[in-house]
Amino acid sequence: MRVALFLTCVNDTLYPDTGRAVVKLLTRLGVDVDFPMAQTCCGQAHYNTGYRHEAEPLARHFSDVFGEYEAIVTPSGSCGAMVRELYPRMGERARAEGRGDTLAATLAPVVPKTYELTEFLVDVLGVTDVGAYYPHKVTYHPTCHGLRGLGLGDRPRRLLQAVKGLELVELPGADECCGFGGTFALKNADVSAAMGTDKVRNAESTGAEVLCAADNSCLMHIGGTMTRLRTGMRPVHIAEILASTEEEPAV
Amino acid sequence: MSGTFVGMPAFPEAAREAVANKTLRGNLRHATHTIRAKRAKAVTEVSDWAELREAGKRIKDHTLRHLDRYLVQLEESVTAAGGVVHWAADATEANEIVSQLVKMTGESEVVKVKSMATQEIRLNEALEAEGIRAYETDLAELIVQLGKDRPSHILVPAIHRNRGEIRDIFSREMSEWGRPAPEGLTDTPAELAEAARLHLREKFLRAKVGISGANFMVAETGTLVVVESEGNGRMCLTLPETLISVVGIEKIVPTWRDLEVFLQTLPRSSTAERMNPYTSTWTGTTDGDGPSTFHLVLLDNGRTDTLADEVGRQALRCIRCSACLNVCPVYERAGGHAYGSVYPGPIGAILSPQLRGTGSEIDASLPYASSLCGACYEVCPVAIDIPEVLVHLRERVVQGGEVTREGNKVVLRPAKGHAAERAAMRAARWAFTHPGALRTGQRAASRTRRFHPRTLPGPGKAWSGTRDLPPVPAEPFRDWWQRTRGGKDGAR
Ligand code: SF4
Repeated sequence: MRVALFLTCVNDTLYPDTGRAVVKLLTRLGVDVDFPMAQTCCGQAHYNTGYRHEAEPLARHFSDVFGEYEAIVTPSGSCGAMVRELYPRMGERARAEGRGDTLAATLAPVVPKTYELTEFLVDVLGVTDVGAYYPHKVTYHPTCHGLRGLGLGDRPRRLLQAVKGLELVELPGADECCGFGGTFALKNADVSAAMGTDKVRNAESTGAEVLCAADNSCLMHIGGTMTRLRTGMRPVHIAEILASTEEEPAV
Repeated sequence: MSGTFVGMPAFPEAAREAVANKTLRGNLRHATHTIRAKRAKAVTEVSDWAELREAGKRIKDHTLRHLDRYLVQLEESVTAAGGVVHWAADATEANEIVSQLVKMTGESEVVKVKSMATQEIRLNEALEAEGIRAYETDLAELIVQLGKDRPSHILVPAIHRNRGEIRDIFSREMSEWGRPAPEGLTDTPAELAEAARLHLREKFLRAKVGISGANFMVAETGTLVVVESEGNGRMCLTLPETLISVVGIEKIVPTWRDLEVFLQTLPRSSTAERMNPYTSTWTGTTDGDGPSTFHLVLLDNGRTDTLADEVGRQALRCIRCSACLNVCPVYERAGGHAYGSVYPGPIGAILSPQLRGTGSEIDASLPYASSLCGACYEVCPVAIDIPEVLVHLRERVVQGGEVTREGNKVVLRPAKGHAAERAAMRAARWAFTHPGALRTGQRAASRTRRFHPRTLPGPGKAWSGTRDLPPVPAEPFRDWWQRTRGGKDGAR
């Protein structure tokens, strides 16, 4: 099976380790991974800030780049939700504005083929034990777009539970937003910071060394708060845990 | 109520104060988390909740689609039952109608219950200007009124107050408004409730005019419905000689049959009760039973304009249960006052900028008062996709476009203060449609990475004031991929 990795612009620029982990993990599971070099951004930040018209060319570009692949895998719940939930909506809005079906038709092919990483592992590959080894105490934060947008459910938890050496502890108030919300963190910095602090305090209370999530944007916000609050905890993307093995353990 | 909603600062500034207020945050956190857990339980008790939610959504959508027809039917039924119907296009008109009606009775005092619509139009202030004093009789509204405060929650307008604060307000203010609080009043709920009961009872027995809102209006029979927990509403609706109900035009349902759905979803979503302690219905007038004169003031005040917006109109489905407030992490930290309206929380963030337009600073900032976490949509018993409307309204703020105001199509210009953001979004769009340019930028960032600060100047300062930025990696992923083809070429 030949799948395209849609890494997202944030991961590409700031979190290349997550990308390397996805490649390592999927290759280990026998998947032929390609990284289309022309990929950029799904347009989520534009769309959610109110710049739908600026997001449209990005969505079209996404479809051009990824349209030919059998499956598109992304290690980001929110970018996955953008493609799956909001691309169809963008098509509908264009139609409602009397611009015909062109946008909807352009975007339609990529929508059902786009999977968030844990979805792809559990639903498409049908695995929960990916042969990982990670001897740490971990708590899991289900990010909003993964939880409510994509409905990832317990897939990430099942994957983590199958990791050798990993002790999974429940995060109090897990379902509550960490306060990132893209440009929300800039526009409503005080409220965002208060939400982040509560999330980190809850995480601290579990005694875990690592807070794991399936979205680096949220992890950037939570992690930045963690270092500022001197918690000693680390934010780690789920892909890096799942890619870690006894032979090549992640640090 | 001396507080004001007009001239409010934008949401981020208004929220800052609340975030810093420990008592307020404690009060809100405690109250919202308690009710949140109870609601979740009350909802799982009903096996067909998902169907009820869908039914509520459809009934409301159908009614809104044929609003003109149902309103005419309602007017006919109310008139046939002995009531008088008045139409108010905006706040000024509604206030004039009500003031006139009260003056015609020769009274200078009214008792009021359950009316957010009258808060929306600031009726109390309008009556005051005409020399008429309005007494709030809902317990929480009473606390707000005595405290010269503003409501901060749909269902529990005094949610931002704890028991100690309420005791102080009662002891200090009650004598100004009628029967004073008993000596040595403590902050036990029973004593506070008793003090309020004695204070209010005098007013109920004296008042000749009652003013109410309604949760629903049934078109087929002209019946109005109020659901409440205290019974004060029932007193207001039955004891006075004249009853004036001020109701938003979107509160209509076609038949009694339709009510069945909402009388299940509303109590469970709002107070986590299976049924409301008091459900009162009134239809026109009946000899020897209840008020002998009944007026219904139907309030538009931006509602038909809202109805004209395809995406935004779903906000009119709202049954004011407040579930979205109780689950909202932003409301929990910012408090209800920051939303600058009688409708706070997620629903307020989409309703106010539609009813009032996005012209003011506060209204232009409300669509951004959300992290789009989606919790509000998940709990809403009429499935209002609040995040969808928020994004839609953001678009209106930053890009302008056609809207309906006072029945006319107008083209809005983009709001001020977004020029830098718009330029950045355009530049990012350009870079993202030109992968080569993106790559050059990434490389420049990597090359200069040792010089990147972990805190930011300018607009980014707000972020890095409380959070550290991640360090920029030595090599963006795409360069590693190209160098190694994903590790296939050996290099790591
Ligand atoms: S928007 Fe939905 S959840 Fe919020 S108050 Fe209205 S009906 Fe309730």
